[in-house]
Formats: sequence, structure tokens, C-alpha cells
Amino acid sequence: MTRAFFALIGRDLRLAARIGGGGGMAVFFFLAVVAVVPLGVGPDLNLLARIAPGMLWVALLLSSLLTLDRLFQADYEDGSLDLLAMGRLPLEFVAAAKATGHFLTTGLPLVVAAPLLGLMLNLEVSAFPALMLAMLAGAPALSFLGVIGAALTVGIRRGGLLASLLVLPFYIPVLIFGVSAARAALFGFPDGVAGQSLALLGAVTLASLVFGPVAAAAALRANLR
Amino acid sequence: MSPMTSLSASQRLQAFANPARFMALSARLLAPLWAVSLGLLAAGLYYALFASPPDYQQGETVRIMYVHVPAAWLAMFGYSLMAAASAVALIFRHPLADLCAKSAAPIGAAFTFLALVTGALWGKPMWGAWWVWDARLTSVLILFFLYLGYMALWAAIEEPARAARAAAVLALVGAINVPIVRYSVVWWNTLHQPASVFRMDGPTIAPEMLLPLALMALGFTFFFVTLLLVRMRAEILRHRVRALRLARAAAGAED
Repeated sequence: MTRAFFALIGRDLRLAARIGGGGGMAVFFFLAVVAVVPLGVGPDLNLLARIAPGMLWVALLLSSLLTLDRLFQADYEDGSLDLLAMGRLPLEFVAAAKATGHFLTTGLPLVVAAPLLGLMLNLEVSAFPALMLAMLAGAPALSFLGVIGAALTVGIRRGGLLASLLVLPFYIPVLIFGVSAARAALFGFPDGVAGQSLALLGAVTLASLVFGPVAAAAALRANLR
Repeated sequence: MSPMTSLSASQRLQAFANPARFMALSARLLAPLWAVSLGLLAAGLYYALFASPPDYQQGETVRIMYVHVPAAWLAMFGYSLMAAASAVALIFRHPLADLCAKSAAPIGAAFTFLALVTGALWGKPMWGAWWVWDARLTSVLILFFLYLGYMALWAAIEEPARAARAAAVLALVGAINVPIVRYSVVWWNTLHQPASVFRMDGPTIAPEMLLPLALMALGFTFFFVTLLLVRMRAEILRHRVRALRLARAAAGAED
């Protein structure tokens, strides 16, 4: 079963490398959002520096939401999802493998790009480690919670927007704790707030590692029968 | 001994799984339920608007509480009912359970919206702001999004059985938000007033204000249940119309 699990992740990674797994598009969207923010709020560098951690997190969320569509849709359309559902690997592990693949192909590139884009928003270099740590702790949650939305809307025509709307309420705790952890280092919050937020963020991620695949498998079963 | 009492509880519950039986029973219940709801609401509004004292600090604006607080309670009650019905639908496959959840969603969403709007109307004179991003308001806003997402998922999937199962999963995943809303004023430092009615040490609200509040809450609850029965009856009729249409389309295709 472990071999099947890693084989599924490997398949997703190879597909992403050959066809384009959405990582490039997600980073491009990240760049686009970060580019329009100063156009919207004005080029005042002090203001940008203050809102940079929050805006980077919002852009990360939106970019992650964009790529949820490709988690199950392609497999549903060519029948591979039915084969996976009938196979020996339990659907929960299938969903977990898909979410892991999404994190590796989309989440990681976004997290790597974040500090560079932060420079565009005048983010202080001293905040980079805290920001990257918070995003690394939160990005798996984005994939594992997003897989629920993707599973609920599989097979619906143009269901990508609906998946994003369904998942957004679950992303909000990740956003709140992630921004708190990133800003605490920057703005001299009382000692321990950064660590607290990071710990809560880690808790949300760990919980999503379990609940995400279970809920996604239930949703897949509901949609495939 | 009548035939019904010799059945076990689960058998009696299964007896109501028959939609025709549910239609008959709900038809008999609707008129009394309407009477009780409107009576309680009338009594509650009378006490709320005329026969209860103004607050010593807030004056007459405190009377918004008699709509705002029961609406918020019903918003959480609605989602809990939706989640419980979804659990019954997924586990026991009770045929009316997912209809109950689907019918409860718009009513609960309306009460959530009412709570948010009356809260804003109350917040402007009291706090000086229409909206603040504190834990209680944000979590109730998320509750509203969850209701809307649930209704959107039902609308997006064409086949009713598939939509029912997917929506049931969504309702259960979102159920985590209800305790968060309930305890948001306990866990976080918020501008919103902490719990003053349902507390371990008993209510801290004055009895003259507790009575209209309780009357309005009971009235809203009966109103919710009445509307729920009306919507469930409409859903069953909608199912029948759909089945008739499908049968006619199939028969027409054979000609």
C-alpha cells in the first residue's frame, strides 16, 4: 500500500513536470496579484511594508484556490478516478496522495516565490525567515483542505469557482494564524505570540492531514456512485 | 394496546420515512404550528417593544436585542439541525433526512443574515461602527458563507441523490464552526458581549428582559420548524414533479 501511495504521488509529479502541473501558472497568478496591489492601494512604501505579510498570504490563498480544479477533474474525465476508486488503495489515501502532489507541485513553488514577491511589496528582509516558516507550516493545510472542495465538486461543469467558494471558509483560520505568525516577527508583538500562532497553524495543518483526506474520500464516494 | 406502541423507537422513526405519511402528518401539524408561532411572536414582540424596561445604559436601543439574539441562536440551531440531519442521511440513509437538511439551509441562512444586519444596526449606536472584525462577528460571517456554499452545492449538482450525499459531507465538515461561534467570546478578547444567558452560573440578564427574550426565542424556533415543514412538503412535491417529468420524457421518447 505504501508503494501504491508513493506511486500515485510520483505519477502526479511526472504529469506536472511533463504537462505543466499548475505550479507555473499559480506562481504567475501570485505575481499578478502582488503586482496589482500597489496599483490599487498606492505606491506609498510604508503602507506597502505594513500590509505586505497579509497581502502575500491572501495572494497565496487565492493562487492555491485557483489550482484546486486540476486535483481530480482530469482523472474524472478520462476514467482514472473510477479505476483508483475500485483499486486496492483506500480512497482516503488516494485523496492524501493527490493533496501531497498538489502541495509539492503548487504549494512549494508559491512558498519559494513569496519572499521574492515580498520585495516588490517592500517587505523587510528580516521578516523573510518568519514569513517562510509560517507559509511552510500553512501550505500543506491549503492543499489538504482544498482537496475537500475539489472532491465535492468533481464532475460539475465549471465547478472550479464553486470549489473555491466552498473551501474559502476553511482557509480562514490558516490565514489568520499565518498572518499573525508572519507579522509578529515584524511588528514586535509580545514575546511568544509568534510561537503561539505558529503552533496553532501547525495544529490546523496536522488536523487537516487527517480530516481533509477523510472528508474528500467521503465526497468522492458521494460523487462517483 | 394500539399498534404503534408495540413497535420499537427505531421502527416508529422508520414509519415516518414514508414521504406520503410525512405529508399526511405535516398537513395536520401545520395549522397548530402556525398558530403557536404567531402567538408566541406576538406576545414576545408586545413584551419586547412595550412591556419591558429600557436598559439603564443603552436606553431604548437595547430592544434590538430581542430580535438580534434569538436570530443568532436560530442561526446556530439551523446549522446544527442541518449537520445532524446530514449525519442521519449519511449513516442511516433516512430518505427524509437530506430533504430536512436542504430545507433548513435557506431558513438558517436568513436568520444568520438577520442576526448580522440587526447586529450592525445595534453596533453603530453602541460601538460607533457598523462592523468590526472581532472573533464573534467573523465566525458568524463564516457561518453565513458555509450556509451559502451548502445551498450553492445543492444547486450545482443536477442529480438529487448525488447532490444530497455531497452536500451532507459538506455540512458535516463545516459543523466545526458552530462551537467556534459559541465559544468565540470566551476564547478571544472581543468587543462583542460575552455569554449572559446560557452560562454555567446561570443567566446574568434581568428577569424582566429574560421573559421577552425567551418568548421571542421560542417564537422564532416554532417559526423555524413551521417553515421547515412547509419547505419539506414543497421538496417532496418537487421530487414528484421531477419523477413525473422524467416518466413523461421516457414515454415520449418511446413514441
